[in-house]
Order: sequence, then C-alpha cells, then structure tokens
Amino acid sequence: MITLIDYKAGNLTSVRKAFTFLGQESVVTEDPALVRDADALVLPGVGHFCTTERLASSGVRDAVLAAIANGVPFLGICVGMQWQFAGSTEAPETQGLALFEGPCERFKTELKVPHVGWNQIRRTAHGERSRLLEGVPEDSFVYFTHSYRAPVVEGVSAVTTYGETFAAAVERENVFGVQFHPEKSGDTGLRILKNFCNYAAERSAR
Amino acid sequence: MSTGITKRIIACLDVTKGRVVKGVQFVDLIDAGDPAELAHLHASSGADEIVLLDITATSDARPILIDVVRRTARKLFVPFTVGGGVRSLDDASALFDAGADKISINSAAIKTPEIISEIAERFGSQAVIIAIDAKRKPGIAVSADGTVAAEVYLAGGRIATGLDAVAWAGEAESRGAGEILLTSMDCDGTRTGFDCPLTAAVAKAVNIPVIASGGAGSGKHFVEVFKAGCADAALAASIFHFGIHDVRELKAELQREGIPVRLPC
Repeated sequence: MITLIDYKAGNLTSVRKAFTFLGQESVVTEDPALVRDADALVLPGVGHFCTTERLASSGVRDAVLAAIANGVPFLGICVGMQWQFAGSTEAPETQGLALFEGPCERFKTELKVPHVGWNQIRRTAHGERSRLLEGVPEDSFVYFTHSYRAPVVEGVSAVTTYGETFAAAVERENVFGVQFHPEKSGDTGLRILKNFCNYAAERSAR
Repeated sequence: MSTGITKRIIACLDVTKGRVVKGVQFVDLIDAGDPAELAHLHASSGADEIVLLDITATSDARPILIDVVRRTARKLFVPFTVGGGVRSLDDASALFDAGADKISINSAAIKTPEIISEIAERFGSQAVIIAIDAKRKPGIAVSADGTVAAEVYLAGGRIATGLDAVAWAGEAESRGAGEILLTSMDCDGTRTGFDCPLTAAVAKAVNIPVIASGGAGSGKHFVEVFKAGCADAALAASIFHFGIHDVRELKAELQREGIPVRLPC
C-alpha cells in the first residue's frame, strides 16, 4: 500500500490514477500517525515551496523523517523532491528536509521560466545503479513544469539541461526524488513509478 | 546552446454534448468521435499533450461535463488540459479532482481577471492556461513597428471585447497565468497555416510559453509557427482526428527542419 501525502497544495488525482493503472493500491492522508506507519510514502507536489510549511506545522514533517529513518521508501515529486533539499530561495523561511545539500533556486537563464515541457534526463555516475531509473533508456524524455531547480550535488542520480544543468532525480538508499512528473511522462514515467512500487514491495516482503 | 526543451505538439479535442466535434471558423460542427478514445489514440501516436475544450459550455451557460473529463483522464499519462465554462475556483477544483492537470480559462478571465490569481495561488501557475481567441482588426496587418493589432473575443468567438490580444496576454501573465493558448480566429479551421506574426508578437511580449492554435494544415505550417511564430507549442484538432497527419510523422519532419521534438515518443 502506497501512502500519498496530502498537504492541500495542487492535486493528487493524477499521481493516484497512475498507481491505480499500475495495479498499485494507494491511500491519501495528512495524518502524521498514518504517515509514520506507512509501507511506502509519496509526496506529490506542485506550486509554491511555502506550501510545504503545512507539513511542518501538521507534524507530517517529523513523521516523514521517522519513517525514512525506519527504511520506509519515500518518493518526492516536483516540489516534493525540492523539499528533500535544505530549502528553496522561493520561500527562504521554509525549511526542507536537508537530505540533500543546498537550496533550490530560480533558473538563472535567459530562456522562458517556467521550464515547461518534455526534456531529457541523463544519469550521473551515482545514477548508474539507480533503482528508480532501472530500465529507463539514457536521454529519455519526461515532462517538467517548474521555475525553481535543485543543484547538482551528491545524491543526484540524473540531470537535465535547460540553459543550465540541474538535478532531475535524486536517490539515496530509501529516499527518491524526481523534479519531473512521472505521472505525466507517458511510458517512461509509468516505468519509474513501477520501479518505486517494486522497491517498496521488496522491502515489505523482507 | 541547445535549450534541451522540445517544442510540443498538442492534440485538441473540441467537445460538445460529450462528443468530439470539428468546425470551420467556430461554426458548422461535425462529429469526430469519443473523447476518451481519441485522447488515448493521440497520446499513443505521439502527441505531447491533450487539450479538451467544451466549446459550448459557456454559450449554453452550463458547467463542463465532469464525467467526460474523468473518463478521458483515467488512462491518460501525458499532460491533460481542460477548458470551457470554467468560471470559478470551485469549477477548477472539480476539474482537477476529475483528473485535469491544467485548466484553460477564456471568457471568465476576461470578465473577472481575479480568477486567474485565485486559481494560480491555490493550484500553481503551471495549472492555469489563459486561452485567447483573437481576430485581426480589419485593414491592419502588421504595423511598421512590428506590433500586431488583434482583438480578443469571448464566448467561443461570439463576442468582441475591445481588448488587444498582446496586451491581454501580458496582463494574464502578470496575474499568474502559466501558459497562453492563442487561437487565431481568422485561421481556425482553414488549414492554411497559423497566424505567425500574431503568435510571435504574443510570444515576445510574455515570458511564459505560448501555444499557437488555429490554421494547421501541413507539416510546413508547424515548422513556420515554431520558427517565425516563436511558439513554444502548437495545437491542432481536425488534422489529427481524421488521421490526415500522424503525429510521429509530423515530428520527424520537424526534426529534419532542426526543430527539437520528443522523438522517439
């Protein structure tokens, strides 16, 4: 069972129907107790980084940290991935989980911002053995929509270029994050979500 | 330097009474099929996004057909935009709940522009597309300074507003719109090509993506709108519905012309 964390920002429908399509059951909650005891956690997200403030005030942030420490697989999508970093200049007063180094910052490019559309991902050396990207061909296209981007630091498993190169995916043990929207990225995205489900199922079986 | 981002090809389903239809210059509708089936067909043949517009919701003063949206979204895993008759934050919420990723607002945004920021603050700018139906002012093509005079229409092209298309696109951006869907009423349904000067004028005036619509009839038209029109995405309806154009074939042509596209797809 996958637990989708609801923090009243954006919409969970798309992510949920992708899991349903993959035959994966899911529940939606913002109850810290249910988050702490989840088999696997997914934090979808769109919109402003400050919306993650609600996760701290509701106690979900602490529950997520406790679950991660217990080895619970955790996937952050878009702002959900950015939240795994220390923070974002979009909302400097809002703290991220600091599982990965550095703040997310606005694109420094002459190109149009937001970065909207299909772009390619390339594995880093760290990403060669990525569980999340298993079976995903190099330079696969995925769908992005964001104005802030995470830096390329330790733990980044794939990168994308839009005027500058930024973190497209992160992975460290049971923590996974993707800047793009796998639920909107056709077969490539479904493969990535399936990989996460498989990882979660293996862990549950242990 | 390559930007990395690809130009998007968007398949549009104009829907009324739960069926996809196609008209010429907004009138003379003919049946083109089931929305869910066609959306899936387009996505699997390489369309980068699907847009579903309920083209009579506003003129009939009724809400959009939520069950059609839900049914279409169920197995669709590319970005899905829904528009037509979105008048309030509640309308938008219901569409997101039914599986829309973005909503497209036209008439309501002109009547009450505050709705743009209201929805953007709740769901993010990436979820808000402002659709602009524009018609060139008679007798004025492109003025000496490169500006294009086009007037914004509402209610599916039925009512002239007096608003300038370029100025309105800028205002929509400043209020929180994430993309502009620009339809040339002069070109719509004619298959004679997009209005490139108008598209370029809007694309240069805003810093958000502009989707060009109206007039697609051949691969060459798409090349033109991405090059001369500076469009970030191009939308077409009828040419895809009746299988005149295979999206993959179209993308291969664009790639040959040096335009970055999602291939293989």
